[in-house]
Amino acid sequence: MKTNWKYLLQIFLSFLKIGPVTFGGGYAMIPMIEREVVDKRKWVKTKDVSEIFAIAESVPGAIAINSATFIGYRLAGVRGAVVAMAGVLLPTFLIVVGLSILFLFIKDNPYVESAFVGIRAAIVALIAFAAYKIGLTAIYDKTTLVITIVTAAILYFLHLHPVIIIVGGIGLGIVVVKVKSLLGYATRLERDDK
Amino acid sequence: MELLDLFWTFLMIGFVSFGGGYAMIPVIEMEVSQHGWMTTQEFTDVIAVAGMSPGPIATNSAIFVGYQTAGLSGAIVSAFGMVIPSLMIILIIATFFFKFNELPIVKSAFYGLRPIITGLIIYAAIRFAITNNVIGDFSFQTFSLLMICVLSFFALMKLRMHPIYVIALAGFFGVVLY
Repeated sequence: MKTNWKYLLQIFLSFLKIGPVTFGGGYAMIPMIEREVVDKRKWVKTKDVSEIFAIAESVPGAIAINSATFIGYRLAGVRGAVVAMAGVLLPTFLIVVGLSILFLFIKDNPYVESAFVGIRAAIVALIAFAAYKIGLTAIYDKTTLVITIVTAAILYFLHLHPVIIIVGGIGLGIVVVKVKSLLGYATRLERDDK
Repeated sequence: MELLDLFWTFLMIGFVSFGGGYAMIPVIEMEVSQHGWMTTQEFTDVIAVAGMSPGPIATNSAIFVGYQTAGLSGAIVSAFGMVIPSLMIILIIATFFFKFNELPIVKSAFYGLRPIITGLIIYAAIRFAITNNVIGDFSFQTFSLLMICVLSFFALMKLRMHPIYVIALAGFFGVVLY
């Protein structure tokens, strides 16, 4: 297969544009990606795009970067995946580096210092709110409630490395569902939509 | 070798970054303080700046930590570390099993993983609350910080205020109060 550089460049530029206009985490980029690849470029059909987002969410990493990589792969193979990922990542990278430089420059200013005292309290709220939102989809029976509490307790009291807990969680889910089905209990694997 | 250390650390984190960026906050925080790259309070500021930047919060934090630790090359290796696992796993899934997320074993795994992710984020909130004096002794500062935290939570949940405005307002109160 001859490499179509122009097509790759087009994929790169499409994802490059999505980056700088989105604030508020990866999820904010999802509608932008959809508009670009479905409505404007007609690279992906509407019925396929939600499946791509669902897979992107269940793979490790940021959903926006994963979606871009996945779409890039479907358009132009491994090269497409790499250029799409580079495109979506580059603006974010440059902005974060720019902000890091700015932050290091101004952080010792007394006003900035006091602002950050307040901001740190808001960050606690932001994290608590993220826990609340994911808790809504994660906790819907006794098992999931117990796992949540035990996880927080283990981290707090035993200082176990979170990576061990995450890897353990994958095995735990598979074992629990298996054991429950052997005992004759059915497990709802996802929260029912109300 | 700091660059290699940064790369390996974020490569490992990249492989387990399930469930959105916030779950990775305690993971990155633990690695960063164990390596002596930053204190927990400094890392809270990283989350603040990462939250104000466009794009995914975990990747942004990794880039920020990399930059503060080893300059531009540190930022580059950290970003690569975070995204290489995603790229590899997506290429494998896209090639071999497209309906990956519908496999029963994957669904079972997520049944256990989702509450663990929730527990991780709850732990992150508690830990940050303690290190930043939102919970602690009984003083004006602690009390007012707790108020800012509670009001921010209320603004996010009930008023559906955008996080960037919440951060800006909290910063304004910080300048006025402290």
